[in-house]
Amino acid sequence: MLGVLRRKVACKANAASALEQGIRVVASRAFSSSGKEMTVRDALNSALDEEMSADPKVFIMGEEVGEYQGAYKISKGLLDKYGPERVVDTPITEAGFAGIGVGAAYYGLRPVIEFMTFNFSMQAIDHIINSAAKSNYMSAGQISVPIVFRGPNGAAAGVGAQHSQCYAAWYGSCPGLKVLAPYSSEDARGLLKAAIRDPDPVVFLENELLYGESFPVSAEVLDSSFCLPIGKAKIEREGKDVTITAFSKMVGYALQAAEILAKDGISAEVINLRSIRPLDRSTINASVRKTNRLVTVEEGFPQHGVGAEICASVLEDSFEYLDAAVERIAGADVPMPYAANLERMAVPQVDDIVRAAKRACYRSSSLAATA
Amino acid sequence: MALYLSKSRKVLAHLKPKMGVLGMMKNLSSCLSRKEASLSGNGRIPHAFFCDRPTLFTCRRFESVKADVQLGSPRPAGDPQVLNFPGGIVKFTPELKFLSDFPEERIHCYRVLDESGQPISNNFVQIDKDVAVKMYKDMVTFQTMDTIFYEAQRQGRISFYVTANGEEAINIASAAALRMDDFVFPQYREAGVLLWRGFALQEFANQCFGNKVDNGKGRQMPAHYGSNKHNYFTVASTVATQIPHAVGAAYSLKMDGRDACTITYFGDGGTSTGDFHAALNFAAVMEAPVILFCRNNGWAISTPVSDQFRSDGIVVRGQAYGVRSIRVDGNDALAVFSAVHVARKMAISESRPVLIEALTYRAGHHSTSDDSSKYRPIEEIEWWRAAQDPITRFRKWLEGEGWWTAQSEIELRDHARQEVLHAIQVAEKVDKPAIREIFTDVYDVPPSNLRDQEKSLQEAIERHPQDYPHFPL
Repeated sequence: MLGVLRRKVACKANAASALEQGIRVVASRAFSSSGKEMTVRDALNSALDEEMSADPKVFIMGEEVGEYQGAYKISKGLLDKYGPERVVDTPITEAGFAGIGVGAAYYGLRPVIEFMTFNFSMQAIDHIINSAAKSNYMSAGQISVPIVFRGPNGAAAGVGAQHSQCYAAWYGSCPGLKVLAPYSSEDARGLLKAAIRDPDPVVFLENELLYGESFPVSAEVLDSSFCLPIGKAKIEREGKDVTITAFSKMVGYALQAAEILAKDGISAEVINLRSIRPLDRSTINASVRKTNRLVTVEEGFPQHGVGAEICASVLEDSFEYLDAAVERIAGADVPMPYAANLERMAVPQVDDIVRAAKRACYRSSSLAATA
Repeated sequence: MALYLSKSRKVLAHLKPKMGVLGMMKNLSSCLSRKEASLSGNGRIPHAFFCDRPTLFTCRRFESVKADVQLGSPRPAGDPQVLNFPGGIVKFTPELKFLSDFPEERIHCYRVLDESGQPISNNFVQIDKDVAVKMYKDMVTFQTMDTIFYEAQRQGRISFYVTANGEEAINIASAAALRMDDFVFPQYREAGVLLWRGFALQEFANQCFGNKVDNGKGRQMPAHYGSNKHNYFTVASTVATQIPHAVGAAYSLKMDGRDACTITYFGDGGTSTGDFHAALNFAAVMEAPVILFCRNNGWAISTPVSDQFRSDGIVVRGQAYGVRSIRVDGNDALAVFSAVHVARKMAISESRPVLIEALTYRAGHHSTSDDSSKYRPIEEIEWWRAAQDPITRFRKWLEGEGWWTAQSEIELRDHARQEVLHAIQVAEKVDKPAIREIFTDVYDVPPSNLRDQEKSLQEAIERHPQDYPHFPL
């Protein structure tokens, strides 16, 4: 019975998401009055290019970043422009090039280390945590580690458990690191530039499925001096009834959910976290104090997740403002399955966010009726 | 990490232009085509290949090679028993023969001085009197510091300590063969290198006591020194992570065109880590000017080398990775000095890594958390201490040169002891770091969450001063 219900939900959800795609296309066209659009891939590529051009200490290192132009073409054209001394193809050893990068940063260069996916950063996590994150403190400020670890993070599509994990909560729990997760092209450009210029080690969590997405960009965003502050969230959509926090791909889902909620008369405020560490507690809490309701959204596992941390921060700072229990939307507490139907069930969908927001607003109806 | 296959449809599309082995061949066949020229000149293919390998790979590393010039003939004309394979020409053989697991004879160990301090040959880098005497003085001072700091730990005055007993020659002689511009990436048994570079006894003591004038702000365990000024990177407790760091910094020196190299130290146990293998391979491929210095002292805490690896020590690993290597007597200061001196020259002028394996013995315990008499025979320790002591051997040589006397020996030992004791007494009396130092240097500039924490801690201390009598703000 439940199975039948789920299938129904999934079917409807598919139809709904197709519809939402349409809505979003219309919406983004409406926003792009300046006419300029840019993919996240181009945003990252141009940010790298500009920072390499501005500072000879910046170099890229990783598997396939040079001759092959990057597994996802993020480093396209950079080898030709900057040469193999600054676009370094490496042997297949994450612990090797992460460690070598940290050594180069100790010396004063500004390495950008590309992981083909953050799942593979597990091979190198000793260097990210024990070497990069702690050296400035352990050396009493004598050794700074201006390094960026970047690459796609979280679930892509159809690539199973060992290619689909979100590491935001892992790296977000470690002092000494800064952890950024861009959503749009504006985020990608502004945050990557900030990460490269920053004197501290930065973990930069991209999303494979967003690389090809286009977003409207202003002239300011395209300017080579453009940079976003680390530690500041962005209110993507203002609202008054419920706050939805999200990062990376889930920001898009949250915006779609807000669109649907608006039709039901619920005004949702969508916060794009941008920075996982430092976490912009003040923006989150200010929003919750206004809306009195909170839904957190992430693709990662629920336990000890980013949502759990946001929850704690709101309980600590704004408990008396809450009118409903905080709703936490996260990935299922299982390794990512491969089969498409199971995979879909294992990551948050727009409908999940809509339902959670309605529950928080005491507007929920039965599951079947929602479906 | 695992081969990264068809991550998604998008990636599949990206993979198309890449043609597996062909892709690899294109990088290497330019080397091969050059090889053919030298092949006609002399018939000793593998040897010749290794000889001029650096130049060949240099051309690959700093040029983006075009595919059309790379696919050479898979088999050089005229010799059907040779295969032109990516990476170099390989000869065929009718013999079904496996490489031996162990050489017939273990790799020889370079030595200059015998146990009685007599040179066995003139084949070493000459040292003038001033340097030699400073080396000896630093070895004795280092030994004295170790003895007294170790006792201070036993008395409960500091929490932890590691000595380098028996490895004084490795420390001081390797340091003496380097220049101050060279960067040091230590393990934790190389405080002598820092001593040689001018880190004062008082600074060592301040670090061990974690007081407010410690240049590490009391952040690290005792004996985990670090000093920017001395190009000596802060000691990490994680075993062998410093090896890839040294390679990365060496690569940076090369990029900057600096006349300097990096040196990293690690023990026999450290060579079992993935970091060692990754670093050796990267150093070779990136042609990084780094000296990889292994102190093979026989014991990794309680694990003897026979339980650590079955190769002929560390030195043989170098060739497998394409790294020039030498084994030296680690208790012979002149041998260590000469090896490091020559290695440094090769590393910088030829832009290449060099591996040095120094055979020595950990004549003390692993650290103050260890009692090595539980797992190794006392006689073994005593024999090394008595017959192989590096300091005694070097002193005998100095005396033979007429540069050292019994009187100077007494004066030196007495002076060193007074200095170390004084440093400890001073360090112990200095206040501990201020509370605010707990929050600094986590980041370049403290973010709001740290500022909030600091503020609330200060308020708590001000509200309850009786509970925090020892906490200066």
